[in-house]
Amino acid sequence: MYRLSGVTKHYSRGKETVRALDGIDLEIPDGGQLVIQGPTGGGKSTLLQMLGGLDRPTGGTVELAGHDLGAIGEAKLTKVRAELIGFVFQSFNLIPTLSAQENVETALVPMGIAKEERHKRAFAALESVGLGERSNHVPSELSGGQQQRVAIARALVKEPKVLLADEPTGNLDEETRDEIMELLHGLWRERGLTFIMVTHDTAIAGRAPRLATIRAGKVTVSENADAQVWAG
Amino acid sequence: MFFTYLRRELRRRRKAALVISMGLALGIGLVLTVTSVSAGMKNAQSTVLHSLYGLGTDITVTKSAAAGAGGGAQKFGIQQSGSGSKSSSADRLSVNQGTATMASSTVTQVASQSNVEAAVGSLLLNDFKFDGSFKLKSGTSSTSTGTGQGGGQQGGEGGGQGGTPPSGAANFSLNTLTIMGTDTSNITVGPLSSLKITSGVNFTSAQSNSLVAVVDSSYATQKKLKVGSTVTISGKAFKVIGIATASSGTSAANVYIPLTQAQTLADMKNKVTTVYVKASSSQQISAVKTAITKNVSGTTVTTASDLASTVSGSLSTAANLVTSMGKWLSLAVLAAAFLISSLLTSSAVNRRVREFGTLKALGWRSKRVIGQVMGEALVNGLIGGVLGIALGLAGAAAITAFSPTLSASTASSTASQGGPGGGGGPGQAASAAAKAIEVHLTAPVTLSAIAVAVALAVAGGLVAGGFGGWRASRLRPADALRRVE
Ligand SMILES: Nc1ncnc2c1ncn2[C@@H]1O[C@H](COP(=O)(O)OP(=O)(O)O)[C@@H](O)[C@H]1O
Ligand SMILES: [Mg+2]
Repeated sequence: MYRLSGVTKHYSRGKETVRALDGIDLEIPDGGQLVIQGPTGGGKSTLLQMLGGLDRPTGGTVELAGHDLGAIGEAKLTKVRAELIGFVFQSFNLIPTLSAQENVETALVPMGIAKEERHKRAFAALESVGLGERSNHVPSELSGGQQQRVAIARALVKEPKVLLADEPTGNLDEETRDEIMELLHGLWRERGLTFIMVTHDTAIAGRAPRLATIRAGKVTVSENADAQVWAG
Repeated sequence: MFFTYLRRELRRRRKAALVISMGLALGIGLVLTVTSVSAGMKNAQSTVLHSLYGLGTDITVTKSAAAGAGGGAQKFGIQQSGSGSKSSSADRLSVNQGTATMASSTVTQVASQSNVEAAVGSLLLNDFKFDGSFKLKSGTSSTSTGTGQGGGQQGGEGGGQGGTPPSGAANFSLNTLTIMGTDTSNITVGPLSSLKITSGVNFTSAQSNSLVAVVDSSYATQKKLKVGSTVTISGKAFKVIGIATASSGTSAANVYIPLTQAQTLADMKNKVTTVYVKASSSQQISAVKTAITKNVSGTTVTTASDLASTVSGSLSTAANLVTSMGKWLSLAVLAAAFLISSLLTSSAVNRRVREFGTLKALGWRSKRVIGQVMGEALVNGLIGGVLGIALGLAGAAAITAFSPTLSASTASSTASQGGPGGGGGPGQAASAAAKAIEVHLTAPVTLSAIAVAVALAVAGGLVAGGFGGWRASRLRPADALRRVE
């Protein structure tokens, strides 16, 4: 359960202060899904950083599973990121020198999982995104869609509580986009995790049952019961 | 994961790693070369010093005469009287100009100082040997003009000067010869320690008062002396028991005889000119010098390093160059190498901002990320160290193969330089002649120099890793979303 109340995030650029988030109140139930949309510079990525414990809010509280992500210590926050939160980025963010298998394993490193177990789980995760045969390839040998699949395997291999994705299809063509969306939805349904995704793709936003729109740091949430959700 | 990640980085970003390593390698290679060249210089200098002052000698104690005293023109007891032909021969034994003798008890006094392992006394004498015949004519002759003829055929250190008799003709020669009276009981310290017997034998302690001599090989060649020949000094015949060369360069005297004999011949009973001292360890040399200076008054105490400063010529020029410029140059290059590898390492971190941000977003602790950066830098440092040692060995080997010849010259063969002494007289031609010694420069690479190189490589890696790690520690997980590259 995510519970955000009065969340603000201010960036100072020189003398100017940018109010990237300006009082956000939001609740996302466990196992729920939320698509965040809005114009560029509206504060979507900033909100996702607050949700993922990548940065701390200037004011207000971000609560996840009983932890106040803005208040807990750095070591504790690092542990929360390692155990509870999976990330998928727009530009995949794979380690270029590591193989697909090794990239997935990096997510298990902070958990202190033994090598054997790490190998097995990473390979299983790669198989679940359909890349079992590509486990020894480095990112530059994979297509964009395949790289994003590796990134999804990396996010999910540790079985997190939450999956956060910042424009995961932003760098992909439409056909690949649909494949990735179907994969993400399938995994969400299968695993019962909380799935929060940022997009500026109106096609994706239009198929979201619950949609948050961020404009100038403020959020409005709308429900769409008739949304034609993704297969998978 | 640490080693997998490390290996992958170094393998797949080989060029970047090699650039960082090469910078360090250049610095380390230069330091190693300069270190071994300066070790070679030290060897060359000690070769020179040893040949001049004896291998086992750390310190010499001498006494200098007051300026103008002790030397002076020598007079020979030759009188020209009457007319007719006259043959004459004379020896005169004296100490070097500017040198005063000390009582033999000084040797015991020096030996009793703490940290003195051994002290031996010696008496260095110049022998001016005059041989000549005069033909004096009475009356005057308008057709014949008398000319004096010099007899300086001795070469080497000998010198001769012809006199000009008032009239008539003269035929005479003047031989100068340096004689070292040495303590035969200890041949490991003092002038005998730098001699290498090429034929015959060295003195034994039983020969402290025997009529035996060891002759310097170049003098022996000149005078056609062999083991078994005799040399006559002041009318006394000494049997040649050994021919010797100085370990390198020129020897301190032409003829070596037992100290007691020298003292008797020169009428200098219980007198020595130099005390050769060996300290119990090389660390004690300056303490021993201080003690002798304090407790044995009126003496000049000289250590090998004091003597090094009296050595001139291309050796000392090169040695100065290496110790001053070489050291600074290699330190500057090393500092530059450290700086460059640090900058390259932290710029490599800058190019990987998103990568490290992503790892932090995945829950990697800062320490782990820093460790990864440090590990890479350390390996780069070690690669640089290996390449640097290879470069350094190559540089040192090149110098050793090329083996440049350096010359060293000293003002005098004895430690005491004193004043120039009295002018005039044939005594000028004594052994005070400058000595030039040629040595070949080598660049020995010692294990400790290699250890230093390895330490520098590790240090370079740690410094570079420190910079990079510091940069990495400041990255935030949110940097995973930064738009770079
Ligand atoms: N690190 C930062 N420093 C300063 N300003 C920032 C920073 N991150 C985001 N901003 C600003 O905050 C606002 C919201 O940015 P962001 O959340 O990235 O928007 P979006 O993802 O919706 O495009 C923008 O005006 C952006 O310029
Ligand atoms: Mg954004």
